[in-house]
Amino acid sequence: MLYREAGQFKTTYAEDMAIFPIRQDRIALGILLGIAFIGVPLLADFDIWPFGSDYLLRAILLPFLILALAAIGVNILVGYCGQISLGSGAFMAIGAYSAYKLGTGVHIPLTWLDFAISIPPLPVLLAILLGGLTAAVVGILFGIPSLRIKGLYLAVATLAAQFFFDWVFLRVSWFTNYAPSGSVNAPTLDFFGLNVGTPIERYMLCLIFVTAFAVLVKNLVRGNLGRQWMAIRDMDIAAELIGIRPLYAKLTAFAVSSFIIGVAGALWAFVYLGSWEPLAFSIDRSLQLLFMVIIGGLGSIMGSFVGAAFILILPILLNLIPTQLGVPLSTETITHLEFIIFGSLICFLLIKEPHGFARLISIGKEKLRLWPFPY
Amino acid sequence: MLRNKLMLAAAILSGGAFASPAAAQNEQFIPILSYRTGAYAVNGVPYANGVADYYNLVNERDGGINGVKLLVEECETGYATDKGVECYERLKGKGPTGAAFINPLSTGITFALTEKTTTDKIPIITMGYGRADSKNGAVFAYNFPLLGTYWSAADIAIQHIAKEVGGVDKLKGKKISLLFHDSPYGKEPIPMLQVLAKKHGFEFTPIPVTHPGVEQKSQWLAIRQNRPDYVLVWGWGVMNGTAVKEAAAVAYPREKMIGVWWSGAEPDVTPAGDQATGYKALMLQHGAGKFPVHADIEKHVYAKGKGASEPGKVGEVLYNRGMVNAMLGVEAIRKAQEKFGKKPLTGEQVRWGLENLNLSEARIKEMGFEGMLKPIKISCSDHEGARDGRVQQWDGKGWKIISDWYTANQSDTEPLVNDISAKYAAEKNIQPRDCSKES
Repeated sequence: MLYREAGQFKTTYAEDMAIFPIRQDRIALGILLGIAFIGVPLLADFDIWPFGSDYLLRAILLPFLILALAAIGVNILVGYCGQISLGSGAFMAIGAYSAYKLGTGVHIPLTWLDFAISIPPLPVLLAILLGGLTAAVVGILFGIPSLRIKGLYLAVATLAAQFFFDWVFLRVSWFTNYAPSGSVNAPTLDFFGLNVGTPIERYMLCLIFVTAFAVLVKNLVRGNLGRQWMAIRDMDIAAELIGIRPLYAKLTAFAVSSFIIGVAGALWAFVYLGSWEPLAFSIDRSLQLLFMVIIGGLGSIMGSFVGAAFILILPILLNLIPTQLGVPLSTETITHLEFIIFGSLICFLLIKEPHGFARLISIGKEKLRLWPFPY
Repeated sequence: MLRNKLMLAAAILSGGAFASPAAAQNEQFIPILSYRTGAYAVNGVPYANGVADYYNLVNERDGGINGVKLLVEECETGYATDKGVECYERLKGKGPTGAAFINPLSTGITFALTEKTTTDKIPIITMGYGRADSKNGAVFAYNFPLLGTYWSAADIAIQHIAKEVGGVDKLKGKKISLLFHDSPYGKEPIPMLQVLAKKHGFEFTPIPVTHPGVEQKSQWLAIRQNRPDYVLVWGWGVMNGTAVKEAAAVAYPREKMIGVWWSGAEPDVTPAGDQATGYKALMLQHGAGKFPVHADIEKHVYAKGKGASEPGKVGEVLYNRGMVNAMLGVEAIRKAQEKFGKKPLTGEQVRWGLENLNLSEARIKEMGFEGMLKPIKISCSDHEGARDGRVQQWDGKGWKIISDWYTANQSDTEPLVNDISAKYAAEKNIQPRDCSKES
C-alpha cells in the first residue's frame, strides 16, 4: 500500500538513471542513514539502552561495518567480475601490515649502496589509504594468473596468496618491527589532530569509510567499468568479442577489490583489534568473507551488508539467547547448538534461495509493489 | 499467527539479547573466558572446571568473600582472539560493579586486550602465560603474569638442562631446539632463549608448528636430521600429544624433551600411550594430585552435585592450575576489601588488591594449598610475584616430580623485561609509574 510508485513520473534522464528510482526507497535509505549517522550517536550520548553500553558498538557494530566493507570488496571481484578468490584474508593482512609499517615509519637500510630509505611515520588516515593502495598493487600481481585460469583453478591460485602472506607476516619480522611475540600494536588513532578513541568515535570513523566506499562502488558498478566486469562474468568470450579487454577489466576488478579489502583490513587492525597477529587474517577470514557475499547475494552491495550481518551477528545472537532466557545450558552445549542452528540455517537458506538475501529482498520488493495481489 | 510469532521474536530480541540481568547488589562479578570446544578443548576443559569449582567452593563453603557472593559467567572463546574480545566486551560491564578481573587463558587474547583493559580499568590476570614484559608493573599497570612468565620458564628449563648435562659450563656447544606453537604464545620465549644461548654458548634453533599443530612431520624430520641434545616443547592443545607421538615415530628420546608448563598435563601424554613414558615438563609450582583444598571441594561442591568436572578428574594438573588461578583472584579481591570495604569492588580497586597481594606460607596452608604453592608477593615493579618451578616426568601412569625447586635468574630476565617494556611504553606514550611512590 505504501510501497507504490504510481504517480512518480520521471521527467529527466538523471531521474531515470538514479540509484534509487523509487521515492520510498530513497526515504527508507535516508531514514537508515539518519539512524546510523545521527540516531546511534545520539542514543549513545544519552546512554539509552542498548546503545549506551560499549558492547553493542565495540563488539557488534564495529566489526559488522568493517567486515561489510571487506565484503563489498570481495563482492566486486567475486560477484561482479566472477573471479572466485580465496585470498581476501591475505589482502586484508596486506592492508593492515602495510598501514602499520607506514604508520610507524619505514626504514630500509641499503648497506651496499650506503643509503637508507626512510619514511617518517605517516598520519593514520594516509597510512590506511596507502595500505589499501599496497593491497591493490599486490592484488593486481596476484590477478595476473586470472587471465589464463578460471573458476575453481583461480580459487586455488588465490589460495596461494593467502598462504604466502600468512607465512610472510609470520616469518619476516621486518613487517612486525621485530616484535618478539609477532603481535603488533596499532599506532594511536589521530585524525587531523583529533584522537579517535571512544567506541562511538570509532564507530563514526568506520561508518564514514563504509558509506563513502559503498556509494563509490555502487556508482562504479553502474558505470562503464562495472558493465565491463559483469560482461566478463557472464561470458568472457562474448565480452571479448564486443570489444572488452579482459586484461583491463579483470585487473581493474582485482585492483579495486583489493584496495577496498586492504582498507577494511587496516581498519580491522587499527580500529577494531588494536593489537593483532597474522592469525586474525587467516584462511578462516577469507572463507568468512566469501560466505558473506554468497549468502548476502553475489553482485549486490546491499547483499554485502546483509551477508555480513548474517554471518557475523547471528552466531553471537544465537550464543546470547540461551543465557539471556535463563536456560541452564553449559557453554559448550550453547556453542555446539550455535554451530548446529547456524549451519542448518545456511543450508535451508541456500536451498530455498540460492541467490542469497539480495534476491529475497528484491522478490519481496516485487511482491510489495503488487500488493495486495502478489503473484 | 504470524503476528504472534513476530511478537515472540521481538520479545526475545528486545528483552533477551542485550538486557543486563537484574543482579543482587552484594555480588562480585567475575567473568570466565574458557574454551570447551575446538582444537584446544582437551586442555581448556579441565582448566575451566578447576576455575568454576573453586569459585563455587568459595560461595558454598564461605558464603562468598566476606559475605560478598561471587557471581560468575562463562563465555566460550574457542581460543580465538576475535571471540575472546567479543566475550570480554560482553562480560566486562556485568554485575553491580563490572568485572573484577579478566583471565583470558590465551596469550593472543591477552595481547589484544592489554590496551582495552587499561582503558576500562580491569586487571588482566595471566597466570603462567601472557606477555612476559608485563612483569614490569610500572608500565603494565593492569597486567599480572602471576607465578611465572615464559621468560622465567625458559630460564628454568635451561637451568634444568644444565643440571642434567652436569653444569652450566657443559652447555657450551650443545644443541637445543624449541618446538613452538606459531602464535604469540609460542614465540614469547624465543628472545629469552636467544639471550641464554649467547650467554651459555649453546646452539638454539626455533622450529615453528602452525596452528593447531596436528601436522608436525616436517618439523620432526628436521629434528631427526639435526639431532638436538634437547627439544623444548611450547605447545598447547592437540599439538602436545602430536609432538610426543611424532617424537616416538622418529625415535627421538622422550627423556630429552622438556615441555613448558602448558605442555605437561595428562591430556598431553595419555593419547600417546606408552610412547609418552619419560617425557618431561616444567611445573608452574604445583603438579597433579590432591591436597587439603580438594577435600573441601569434594565435600562442599561435589557432594552437593554442583561440581563441573567428572569426579575422577579432580586433581589433574590443569584442574589444579585452574583452582590456583581462581584462588589468586579471590585472594586479590579479599586483599582489596581490606582497603575499600567489604562490598563489591570495581576492577580498579581489585587491581590494587592484586598489586599488594602477599600470600605467606601460613595463609597458603590455611587455604589448603600447602605443597602446591610457594609464598607469593606482588609489587608494583614485580607483577610476576614468584618465579619458581620444578620438573616432572611422565612414568606411564602419572607425573613424578624429578627435580628440586628452581628459581629463574632475574639477572637474565630483567634486562629483557626492561628493554621490551620500555619500547612498549614509548610506542604507546605511557609514562611509567614511579614504583617507589606506590603503596
